[in-house]
Amino acid sequence: MLNDLASAVIVIVAVLFVLLTTVAYLTYLERKVLGFMQDRLGPMEVGPWGLLQPLADGIKLISKEDIIPSDADKAIFRIAPVISLVPAIISFAVIPFGRDSFHFLGITTHPYITDINIGILYVLALSSVGAYGILLGGWASNSKYSLLGALRSAAQVISYELNAGMSVIGVLILAGSLSLVKIEAAQSGGFWHWYIFPQIVAFVIYLISGIAETNRTPFDLPEAESELVAGFFTEYSGMRFSLYYLAEYANMIMVSSIATILFLGGWNSPFAFLDFVPPFVWFMLKVYFFLFFFFWIRATLPRLRYDQLMKFGWKVMLPLSFANVIVTAIVVYMVRH
Amino acid sequence: METENLTGVTEDIKRQEVVLSNLRQAVLQNLDSSIQTDQFLLNMGPQHPSTHGVLRVLLDLDGERIKRSVPDLGYLHRGTEKIAEYRTYNQIIPLTDRLDYVSAMANNYAFVRAVEKLLQLKVPERAEFIRTIVAEVQRIVNHLFWLGTQALDIGAMSVFFYTFREREELLDLFEVLCGARLTTNYYRVGGVESDMPQEVVDRLYRFVESFESNIREYNTLLEKNRIWLARTKNIAVITGDDAVNFGLSGPTLRGSGVPYDLRKFEPYGAYDQVEFDVPLGTNGDIFDRYWIRIEEMRESAKIIRQCLDKMPSGPFMTEDHKVSFPEKGRVMHNMEALIHHFLLVVQGFKVPPGDTYCGTETPKGELGFYIVSDGSGKPYRMKIRAPSFVHMGAFDHMAKGYMIADIVTIFGTYDIVMGECDR
Repeated sequence: MLNDLASAVIVIVAVLFVLLTTVAYLTYLERKVLGFMQDRLGPMEVGPWGLLQPLADGIKLISKEDIIPSDADKAIFRIAPVISLVPAIISFAVIPFGRDSFHFLGITTHPYITDINIGILYVLALSSVGAYGILLGGWASNSKYSLLGALRSAAQVISYELNAGMSVIGVLILAGSLSLVKIEAAQSGGFWHWYIFPQIVAFVIYLISGIAETNRTPFDLPEAESELVAGFFTEYSGMRFSLYYLAEYANMIMVSSIATILFLGGWNSPFAFLDFVPPFVWFMLKVYFFLFFFFWIRATLPRLRYDQLMKFGWKVMLPLSFANVIVTAIVVYMVRH
Repeated sequence: METENLTGVTEDIKRQEVVLSNLRQAVLQNLDSSIQTDQFLLNMGPQHPSTHGVLRVLLDLDGERIKRSVPDLGYLHRGTEKIAEYRTYNQIIPLTDRLDYVSAMANNYAFVRAVEKLLQLKVPERAEFIRTIVAEVQRIVNHLFWLGTQALDIGAMSVFFYTFREREELLDLFEVLCGARLTTNYYRVGGVESDMPQEVVDRLYRFVESFESNIREYNTLLEKNRIWLARTKNIAVITGDDAVNFGLSGPTLRGSGVPYDLRKFEPYGAYDQVEFDVPLGTNGDIFDRYWIRIEEMRESAKIIRQCLDKMPSGPFMTEDHKVSFPEKGRVMHNMEALIHHFLLVVQGFKVPPGDTYCGTETPKGELGFYIVSDGSGKPYRMKIRAPSFVHMGAFDHMAKGYMIADIVTIFGTYDIVMGECDR
């Protein structure tokens, strides 16, 4: 019992540490990647190659004044960024980062915090809760730009959560389990076992929905800078402002992790002879591939308009994801009987 | 008995029907008044990241759709026209730098042309070529700036950095030419401030050589991008007739297919000695105006190359000493030259009484100067016809029925600069 508790604490601390440093350095990485793609250097001033930039940003944001507009709903205004960040972080509880148990200070621990049998459902549920943070923040600011941003976000989350959920079902039919650990294990033994091949449609739909859910370009309507100033967090400043940013980056890592687990085999190596590389490294490589993809998209694509986003979500993505579920179900039924 | 009963019943039914319909009406009215939504007024600007300066628009919204929009101008009013009445003509040239501050050369050109028209002054051949080249370089600089910001407004951020790379190259050339990058003050009544050095000529040749591939690079990100097409096609459409009635000019007018370009219409400078096309749109939407500006950059590169090839040698400033300053070396040693210089600086050159309007095709449209002279060294009245100001008149017409996100693209499609708009 005590051993279990200790192992849980160790993993929680490790996951939180890795996650928060990754989030911090993701901002640095994004600026460097964008700089590389746009013929410029990116941050270079703080530390060698600007490596201490996230630290400097953090100090700046913490020491900024926390301004609350006089007409704002103060309690909700204060709590909204937290509602946005907390679900983004606690959904990492079910992500399996590696395959084998490991020993730390004589205690055996798993490479995940917990393996619940409804893992994917838990992740989807929490990502919906995160949208409340955006909605409440935009509403409580009592500003028209924030309100418009929040309204856009609500509409966007409703239309794209649905697609993400539907696209996941295809994988669940193949794997026969909602547990992320079992889904990963079902894809072991070479890259041809990965679900990206039978579920290519679902993969594309999930990726697009994932970008939309994390409010990234080309779906960054809730915070469209050139239209709504900063969208739902126009009135936020200092640390509360950065909490929204942290939530966005944590969500990006989350979406990348889920895409890795569901479609790219999670910690599985693509070839048997590459098995000497630790599963943890494979997992990270795949996650960073998706993160790089997010940055790449941001450097390339313009922003969709609100009504175009809705049309695309409901008229193109939703029928496609329904068709994918039906076809998958029929094919799986015919193959197994 | 029965019939009486029956009529009684029908009357009853009729009465009930009347009561019911009254009730229904009352309910509907109540329902209507409860559905009535409040007007959602959004005050966009003057502090807003993408209103291109200090532009303020009052938007009457239905959800995200625009029912009515009222532009409110004047936040950057600096009284240029009034100040000009207290300055000699040469002193007004730096004032024009600050009108459309992203293409100062074009404003200089428009102003000195108006003064020369009043003076009936002939400009040396070489000066005309230098002016034409510099004006076209300025057009490229302006369109590069426009392309970058328009793409940034729609959300494609990388284009901005690519266009600014080439823009920097050209601004460096301006620096070699006249010592300044933005507020250039290069044109003079009767010519230009200094000769074009060989270094600029060589570097311009090199730039024109590689520019086509640069344009292709910008276009790879936009031309066939479905999101870009969705955001620009059939947005802010204006017909040719409407465009003429609103007094639009430049690419904004030509996007609707009206072939009006002052460089062709009443050629000035060296435009009658070079070959170039005037690209025309068909739909009058944002995409057409984007396409036109891209093509205009290509045409400008063509004009620059031809002008460089044909550029004659000779003086770069008029020989008319009523207008041009004496040589600096002579001012230091010659009494008459010193007096001449002194009078030109203090009183300015005299312009014969009269008034004139002279329009010039600047990158944004027709920039016109209306100057009334009373025979002194300063204008009696100067009126600036700024394209950005005229374009804002058509804003409500073009924005109605579109969405908030389109507002910023419409600002962009006018290529609006508030310095020129508010003057």
